[in-house]
Amino acid sequence: MSNTYYTRDHEYIRVDGDTGVVGVTDHAQHALGDIVYVELPEVGASFKRGDQVAVVESVKAASEVFAPVTGEVVAINGALEKEPGAVNEAPLDKGWFYKVRVADRAELDGLMDEAAYAAFLKTLA
Amino acid sequence: MTDIASPPSAPLARTPLHALHLTLGGKMVPFAGHDMPVHYSPGVLAEHLHTRSEAGLFDVSHMGQAFLIGPSHEATARALECLCPADILDLAPGRQRYTQFTTADGGIIDDLMVTRSADPAEDGVLMLIVNAARKEVDFAHLEAALAPNIRLARAPHRALLALQGPKAAEVLARHSDPSAALGFMAAASMKVAGLDCHVSRSGYTGEDGFEISIRADRVERLARTLLAEPEVWPIGLGARDSLRLEAGLCLYGHDIDETTSPVEAGLVWSMGKRRRTEGGFPGATRIQRELAEGPARKRVGLLPEGRAPAREGTEITDGEGRKIGVVTSGGFGPTLNGPLAMGYVDPAHAAVGVSVMLVVRGKPLPATVAPMPFVPHRYRR
Repeated sequence: MSNTYYTRDHEYIRVDGDTGVVGVTDHAQHALGDIVYVELPEVGASFKRGDQVAVVESVKAASEVFAPVTGEVVAINGALEKEPGAVNEAPLDKGWFYKVRVADRAELDGLMDEAAYAAFLKTLA
Repeated sequence: MTDIASPPSAPLARTPLHALHLTLGGKMVPFAGHDMPVHYSPGVLAEHLHTRSEAGLFDVSHMGQAFLIGPSHEATARALECLCPADILDLAPGRQRYTQFTTADGGIIDDLMVTRSADPAEDGVLMLIVNAARKEVDFAHLEAALAPNIRLARAPHRALLALQGPKAAEVLARHSDPSAALGFMAAASMKVAGLDCHVSRSGYTGEDGFEISIRADRVERLARTLLAEPEVWPIGLGARDSLRLEAGLCLYGHDIDETTSPVEAGLVWSMGKRRRTEGGFPGATRIQRELAEGPARKRVGLLPEGRAPAREGTEITDGEGRKIGVVTSGGFGPTLNGPLAMGYVDPAHAAVGVSVMLVVRGKPLPATVAPMPFVPHRYRR
């Protein structure tokens, strides 16, 4: 079974043990276009599910990124400061945003798995 | 994430190149009531950089084109001078000038390009190019003000292309010998690829380049001919905006509007010297007062110290947190490789080098008042 979950707002969280890696999906980076700036949360900060946790800016516009689950930020991808384009190149890999200590694994049940997200994207076309 | 869903569809006008944009893979968005390409497959960043290094072709057919026709240049020029502060009388045949329609309060109804026909047989004809979103307002304003011997002829049957970039002249010369002889802000009728066109050497990118007016039913042939040249990419409105921002050029509805005067906007250079003294245009009272005493605010360039872009509407504060102005255009400059903005500040903070704060998402971020253009113009002189 896949350990990656998706939101309707196009964030993903890849869970490993009690932490998860959060970023935006390939669909999101395509829709945003060239990403030129990412504002990340601070390590140690806590967010509730649905809180604005980061901002991603393309050449034209700024978009908010929402926390897919409640928890404390335990690491951020500082490389995005110098290389925001990594979100375009590899959103699920080197374009990750932050790592979170998942407060309540039950929240993951409210998210979509890969198949459900793929089906959801088809409804947007 | 916010803001990535497609906007709701409304009935939108299409330019004569709409089908070609779709064929070229343009991502279409509503702009000024038209369905326009914001970018093609390379994306805004690559299209911007390509225009600065090679050549880009822009469909600007959504803009308003019209002819002002009177019995003589003097009659037509005087009629237009009643509505704008530029010296039109002094405009030589085959020359183009930038100006603004002003309100009675000295605000700006629209900015436009005025070209005097190079053809002596067309003495008394001025060509106008106005903004897409303002064309109805502009044309109604003109028609209400014109004397009976001056006629406004709208030209919706004409399309408009812009070919911009350091390779634009070389590319166009392959299809039009006379284009090579045009100086900056000069214009003439000529054949391009065997098609009747009206070509001016001007644009909205800060680069050398041309704007080509052609009948709508022939524009696709011309566009395809130019796009077949290896240097030329189609460029969308996204890069058009980032190119003009780096060039320090105003965008109507953002950097200038009915509340901003040409003096506040730093457009005094576009007013005729004679007109500044004589007046005789709408809003002359305010504009002449501002010329004499200085305006209440000034448009300035702003360079953020960090990497975060400051968008339109961002509050500008001084070191003590007092509001001193607002950003009117802001984003990321691909050639600058960093954020940039323009906005209005009170005159005490308008000098180049002054430190200010841009309040982005509640956080004051340091920035410096910077000279414009941010990227040097490379017009043909």
